[in-house]
Parts: sequence; C-alpha cells; structure tokens
Amino acid sequence: MAAAGAAATDLEVVRGKRAALFFAAVAIVLGLPLWWKTTETYRASLPYSEISGLNSLQLRLMVPITVVFTQESVPLDDQEKLPFTVVHEREIPLKYKLKIKCRFQKAYRRALDHEEEALSLGSVQEAETMLAEPLEQAEGSLTVYVISEHSPLLPKDMMSYIGPKRTAVVRGIMHREAFNIIGRRIIQVAQAMSLTEDVLAAALADHLPEDKWSSDKRRPLKSSLGYEITFSLLNPDPKSHDVHWDIEGAVRHYVQPFLNALSAAGNFSVDSQILYYAMLGVNPRFDPASSSYYLATHSLPHVINPVESRLGSSAASLYPVLNFLLYVPELAHSPLHIQDKDGAPVATNAFHSPRWGGIMIYNVDPKAYKASELPVRVEVDMVRVMEVFLAQLRLLFGIAQPQVPPKCLFSGPKSEGIMTWELDRLLWARSVENLATATTTLTSLAQLLGKISNIVIKDDVASEVYRAVAAVQKAAGELASGHLASAFAASQEAVTSSERAFFDPSLLHLLYFPDDQKFAIYIPLFLPMAVPILLSLFKIFLETRKSWKKPEKVD
Amino acid sequence: MAAAVPLFLLVLLLLGSGGWSQAEPPRDSLREELVITPLPSGDVAATFQFRTRWDLDLQREKVSHYRLFPKALGQLISKYSLRELHLSLTQGFWRTRYWGTPFMQAPSGAELWVWFQDTITDVDRSWKELSNVLSGIFCASLNFIDSTNTVTPTASFKPLGLANGTDHYFLRYAVLPREVVCTENLTPWKKLLPCSSKAGLSVLLKADRLFHTSYHSQAVHIRPVCRNARCTSVSWELRQTLSVVFDAFVTGQGKKDWSLFRMFSRTLTEPCPLASESRVYVDITSYSQDNETLEVYPPPLATYQDVILGTRRTYAVYDLLDSAVINNSRSLNLQLKWKRPPESGYIHYQPAQDRLQPHLLEMLIQLPASSVTKVSIHFERALLKWTEYTPDPNHGFYVSPSVLSALVPSVVAAKPVDWDESPLFNTLFPVSDSSSHFVRLYTEPLLVNLPTPDFSMPYNVICLTCTVVAVCYGSFYNLLTRTFRIEEPRTGGLAKRLANLLRRARGVPPL
Repeated sequence: MAAAGAAATDLEVVRGKRAALFFAAVAIVLGLPLWWKTTETYRASLPYSEISGLNSLQLRLMVPITVVFTQESVPLDDQEKLPFTVVHEREIPLKYKLKIKCRFQKAYRRALDHEEEALSLGSVQEAETMLAEPLEQAEGSLTVYVISEHSPLLPKDMMSYIGPKRTAVVRGIMHREAFNIIGRRIIQVAQAMSLTEDVLAAALADHLPEDKWSSDKRRPLKSSLGYEITFSLLNPDPKSHDVHWDIEGAVRHYVQPFLNALSAAGNFSVDSQILYYAMLGVNPRFDPASSSYYLATHSLPHVINPVESRLGSSAASLYPVLNFLLYVPELAHSPLHIQDKDGAPVATNAFHSPRWGGIMIYNVDPKAYKASELPVRVEVDMVRVMEVFLAQLRLLFGIAQPQVPPKCLFSGPKSEGIMTWELDRLLWARSVENLATATTTLTSLAQLLGKISNIVIKDDVASEVYRAVAAVQKAAGELASGHLASAFAASQEAVTSSERAFFDPSLLHLLYFPDDQKFAIYIPLFLPMAVPILLSLFKIFLETRKSWKKPEKVD
Repeated sequence: MAAAVPLFLLVLLLLGSGGWSQAEPPRDSLREELVITPLPSGDVAATFQFRTRWDLDLQREKVSHYRLFPKALGQLISKYSLRELHLSLTQGFWRTRYWGTPFMQAPSGAELWVWFQDTITDVDRSWKELSNVLSGIFCASLNFIDSTNTVTPTASFKPLGLANGTDHYFLRYAVLPREVVCTENLTPWKKLLPCSSKAGLSVLLKADRLFHTSYHSQAVHIRPVCRNARCTSVSWELRQTLSVVFDAFVTGQGKKDWSLFRMFSRTLTEPCPLASESRVYVDITSYSQDNETLEVYPPPLATYQDVILGTRRTYAVYDLLDSAVINNSRSLNLQLKWKRPPESGYIHYQPAQDRLQPHLLEMLIQLPASSVTKVSIHFERALLKWTEYTPDPNHGFYVSPSVLSALVPSVVAAKPVDWDESPLFNTLFPVSDSSSHFVRLYTEPLLVNLPTPDFSMPYNVICLTCTVVAVCYGSFYNLLTRTFRIEEPRTGGLAKRLANLLRRARGVPPL
C-alpha cells in the first residue's frame, strides 16, 4: 500500500517536473520570440555593404576630346598615323575620401573637307560659326582643331584660342615630336575649359576639411533641383525718393537669357518686390573729405540680417532663394559708398555674400534734388544694375573667371553671359558635389541606424535608399564613360532619393521610448511569470545533479 | 550669415541696346483708415483698415513683380488658385450687449475660409497645403486644420468679392477656437503693410498695447473686385483689418476720456507716403439729448454723417494727407473728453500674474437704499503644472474671501465719546463721523474645483492587468507542477518547537 502510494507520488513528481519543463519550453520557444517580434522596430533590409562601398568609390571623370588635324599642321609621316586615341589620366589631389581621377581621352583624326575649308577662312570667329553649324557636341565633350604653324587664323603671337562653345584651336608644329608637343598644348587648353582642381575643390567645399579650402575659396551655392531668384528694391525713404525700376524689362532682356543658358543646371524662377522703409542694419559713417557716407568692409556682414527679416520667405516653393537687393539710401545718408579693405570706394558699389545673394547701393544723382521738390522721382538705370547682379549671379553659382593659359586668345561670352563650356564645367562640379552629398547622406543614415536601434525603416524608405545607391553607381558609371548630361541627372536623383530617405518623418516614430520606461512596463508581467519558472528549473537542475552524483558514489 | 565680400569685378558685356518698350506697371494703390468708436460701456474700440488694390488680374496673368501688394500673399493666389481668402486671428469675444454691433466680428481663435477657383483639380490637397503655408506666414497653428475641422458650408459663406458662379465644392471653412493670438502673429501681419510700421496709421500698432485689450482681432481678406463702375475688368483687393477694444478702466484709470497716446502709447507723426488716402474717423455721435456731451481735440476740419449699422452716426474726420492736420503740431494726438464726468466711482483692478501675484479688484460704490448689488466674477478653470497640485487635489482650491468695508449710517446719532474713557470694545475703529459707523464684513471663502488629471492611470492599468495575468498564471502553474501528497505530521516544525519551549518553561508536558 505504501509502496503503491510512493510509486503514485513518484509518478506525480515526474509529471510535475515535466509540466515545469514544458512551461519553460513554451515560454522560451513561443513566448520570447513572440515578445521579441511584437516589440521589434520594423526595419527593412538595407544595402549596408554597398553603402560602405560608396565611401571608397573611385570617380573617373572622362572628358572626351576630339582633336582634328588640318593639313600641314604636323609633319606628313605623323599624319599617316591618324586616326588613333591617346588617354591622359591624372589624379586630382584632394583631401577627400572619394578618389577623383580626371581622364582626357583624345581621339586624333584628320580634318574633313568642310572643316579644312572653314579653318582656311580669314578670322577665327567666322571659322567657328561655320564649324558650329553641322556639329552637335555632347555635354562635356570638347573639339580641338590643330591648324598649321603659320596659319593666319590666329594673331601672330597667339598659340591657341578658346571659343565660347565647346571648341578650341591650337597651332600645330613641324617637329619630330609634334604629337607630344601638341598633346601638351591640348591638355593645357582642355584643362582651362573643363576640369581643374579648384573647380572640384569649390564644389566639394562642404565635404573637405576646413583648413585648406574654406578660407580662400568662396563657397558656391549648394546644388539643388531649382533656385528662386528674388530682386528686391529697398527704398528706406519713400518720403524723399519715388523710385521706379523697370524690372520686367530687365529680367526679360538680361536675366532670362542667362538663366535659359543655365537651365540644364536646374529650374529657375524669378520674381521681384519693392520694400519700403527697409533699412540696413548698420549706420553709415560720414566721410568729411568727400562729404559722403560709407560702409566699411568689416561692417558689411551686419548689413544683411535686419534686412532679411523683411524680405519674406518664398511661399511658393522650397528651393533655395538668391536675393539681390538694390538699396537706394535715404536722403540723410546719401551718397553712400562701400569701402574695400584699403578704404577706397568700391567701383561697383556692391558686394555679395556667398550662398545668400548680393546687395548693390544705388545713389540718386544729387542734381535731381535741385531740379524738383521732394519726393524726387528716380528712374533706376537697369543696365548698370543688371551688370552687377549678373556678375554676382555668376559668382554665386561658382562660375569663376577662367584661367587662360599663356599666349591664348580668349573669346568673351556670348550675349547670354555664359560660355557653353563654363556650363559643362558647372555640371561637372555639380555632379561631383551631388555624388559627395548623396554618399555622405547614405553613410550617415547607415551609421545612425547602427547607433540608434529605435529607428524604424519602412519599405518605402528602404526603396528610396536602394534607388539612391543605384543612382550614385549609375552617375559614377556615366561620368567614367563621359556622358555628362545623364550623369548629372542621375546624381540629382541620387541626392533627392537619399535626402528623402534621410528626412522621412517615419524614421522618428519610435525614437522617444527610453529603455527604463519600457522595463517599468514589462516588469509587472515578466517578474511574476519568470520567478516560478526559474525556481522550478533550478530545483530540477539540483535534483538531476544529485541523481547523477549518487551513482558515482556507489561506484 | 557668411562674411560678405565686396564685388570687385564686373565682367558682363550686355546687349548693347538698352532701350525697350517701357511697359506701364500695373497700378496699385493703398488706402488706410482708423475708426475710433467710444462704446456704450465706456470702453473704446479702434478699427484699422489697410486696403491695397492692385489693378491686375492675378488669375489670368502670371505675375512675379510686386510693388505694394505683398509678394508672399500674391504668390499664394497664383500657386493655389485662390479666388478669395479670409483669415482672422482673434483673442477675446466681442460683447455685443455692452459694446453694440461691430463692423466685422470674428470668432475667438483662428478662422480661415477660402474660395478656390474652379480650375483647381484637388481642392482638399490645395486646402491642406495652403493652411500649412499660411501657418508659416502668420506664425499661427493653422497647420492643425485637417479634415476633422474643415467643413464646406452651403448657404452661409457666399463670396464677398466678384464671383461668377458659386459652386460650394470650391469653398472650405475651418475654425481653430484654441488658437492663442499674440505678438508673433501681429509681427508678420504688420510686415505685409507697405509702410511696415514706420509711417502712417501703422505706427500706432505697438504690440504691448494692442494685446492689453479686451478684444483683439486681426484679419486678412483677399478678394477680386470690380476695377470700375461698369465692372469691365478685375482688380485684386487685399484688406488687412485690426480691431481692438481698450478697457476703459485699465487704460484710463476709470475715466472715460481717451487720447491716442494713452491708448497706443504713440501719436501720429507722418502720413504714409505710399497711401493715397489716410484718414482717422472718430465717432462723436451724442448719446443723450443735450448734444454737447463730449469734445474732441484738435477740432476736426470735417465731419461725416451716415447711417451705419442701422443708426445715424456722426464722425469727426482727420485726413492725414492734409498737411494742416499734422504740420501744426508735428504730431497728431487725438483726444476725446467728456464734458460732464460720468457717475463717480472708483475701480482699481490689478490683474494677476501666474504664480507671482493674485488678482485684486477694489470697487468703491455708493449703494442706494434697500437695493441689491451683485458683483460676479467669471473665471476660467485651468490645469496647473503637475507638481503644483496638492496631495488631495480633488478637494478643490480655495479662493480667499471678499472683503466689504462700509460706512453704515447709524439709526441713532451717537454722542461723541472720549477715546480713552469708553470701553475697549467700542474703540477698535476710529469714528470720524458720529452719524455713521464702520463695518467690515467678510464673505465665505470659495472652494473651486479645478480639473484634476489622473496622474497614474496608465501605469495603474498596466500593473493591474499584469497582476491579474500573473495571479492566474501563478495558480495555474502551481496546480500543474506541484505534487500534492498527504504527509504525516512530523515532530519538527518551528511552531511546535516554540510551543514546547513555552510549555517547558511553564512546566507543562510537551506536545
């Protein structure tokens, strides 16, 4: 009876043990994963390895150059070797993680008949217009014509010519090493017309370490899909000046052609406004010698901020705004001049602030005050104003004055105020900048995800990241094969997608749940559930160890 | 702002021909107006209106060059295809019973209603975007407008301007009653004025005075209007209005006289040179039969009479563009004086500052015999900071009792007593006049029940649920894993041993 009772009890004990083990198993196999799954932050898979691969990306910027040799430009036996292709590659030394290599691919060929004919004309401009007609040049490419050493096309002392389109002319030479010598000249001209170190350095100004480039290089406007250009006429003293400006006509005649030429680099919109009683933030000093007022260079940065609050933000779009202010000083402070560092008045009476815009001071002709009583009607000379504003616009976009090689004839820009190869150069710089920005954005996103575990990545954000990575790779590929236009488009897509992913508001949804609060909520449930399970497991563990040790002792 | 750099070079060679057809710029004009109305209650209402009219069809032409019309609003019209926009931001409520009918009333908080053009495709999206942009322009929380508080009235809100077709599908209306209007809303509103706040009537718009008022309402109305009498073409009108009601007791120490300087702490110094009309109207309609009850200074050069809101009213008109008005004294400080001072009384009111000082209201009133006087004070219930609640917040909060100090006429004239000789209970208050005696009464303290949040509700729910789950789970677990068996009582046991110890001490045989 007792034995049967003990056996039944043993059976009960074993059943109890099994139940405890089963509980523990359910808790571990079912409960833990369920809890993990339901409280997990959703994160779609991202191409981490490719993103980190972007950091060591090598950019090869290819500039396709067609070199056309006319008869008598090089010795005859050299001409026999044509056509062939020479590649000149060099690394651009920048303190930046992206290695940038510049690759000039020169395709040498003989001149066609109509090219011969055009280049035998009297002046280089005529030749250029004739050559330009059938020629359709891709963005970023260059055509260099090599003419005979004594050709009258260029003035005697000039060795080369840079045109407003994508063409240049170089004098040939009758020499054994003709190709080498001409090759060096061509590279010189091509560098002036396409990529140089400082163009890229200016484009990457935000990504480079401060010490080298920031102080002496002016940072150009950041690359964006579009820009808003606002012209504002500031009239702080409408009691004395009744200022009129024909801004519509000026925009139509001067600004719009320039922007049309630039349209490949982004969308532009232009508007204007007149602001009354808008003062500069600085009180001008009086200069008794010239009985005029002046603004010193060091006070110029303080001029902008108070004015800016009146300018108003653009309600219609999110593009960066470039402000151009025409300031007609009040009667009590006119004439007003801007002084440079040496104290001499600046000829244009204007200054610009990188990435913001420009200000020009327009003094009213003092004779006008004698002619009529206040308010004086002032008609603004828009030609004078627009000359300054367009020059500032070029600077703000980072279109610097070209560095012309020695003994080179340089044609000025056409009527729109920008040369075609300057635009190409801008596109190059912008593409590289966009790639750098997109890479930085993607890398920071990946780093952030590694650091903060609460960030949610939804599927649409992930697809934006994939798209950005693909666009970066595509842009790099297109740059390497010399297709500038499609490279620029791809780089813009890369920036847009990467920023959209980085700034997506859904990333932040779960960011504000600190761990201590989470555990304060878990503990009332987890503690009473976990303690019995752990205790019985501990007991089972002790018993099994005892039962293991017993037989050993018997032995 | 990055360092500004002077521009040294000038590279442009521009088109040689500088002459092109000079297009006549579209005409725009500005009119400004201030109406000051003494209200029946003794308060003073001031209504500013600034009207910019632009003789240009903003819907048809693409406009990007602005003069008097603010660029920020002009861009909205073309971007969101607006036909009419009415936005008002109001603090306080217009008390029609005491103040009479207003020129234009607005609900407390923010109100926005917009008619879109019928060319628009997605009205709701434009409405959403527009409210977001406006919220940026006016620094107001208009971005909280969404489908839950937007309605499309079908009868009440007809277009105020030119309209050829009123399909209510293109109307959206929303009110945000909780919106608090403050200086940050006034500043962008002032920036839209061509003369900013530098000249003309707008110099009076000083935020610290405008918000110390019983009622403050600022509004923007944009609508298309007829350009001429025959209405052959369309102009656009932007009307910015601002009405305030100054509390006579706060501004005038109980007197009903007012002046511009006392109300706005500013005087008018110069007209806005851009305005084609700039006038101040002062309501001098006499309320009683004898017509010389009030006088304004300086004496007006012109008066204007008309039937306004159903009553005949007389206004003194001051035209700021008339050089005689301002030039005499360099500045214009309009003043109004009541010839017969109103019933005497004394009211001293010191408003509270949160967490610094309480409200103080003192009134000196003469009560007629056997009359009932009721003083009632409205208050708003507010939530305190959570650390400021007392341990038993549901008990309520005390408001200290009111004090009534009175000189009550005595029934019997007391004879003058000697201060030192009389009993002590009779000499606490000094008696100045034998015909009356001094009484000070206190009312009960008031217990106000403030809204009390439940501080720990969410955590309690979590803990309770978890406890229930844990208890169920625990008993279930015990039931399944424990082995139950009948055990023979053993000799050990702490209780038994203790009992035996006691028994031994007592000399009783152990168990």
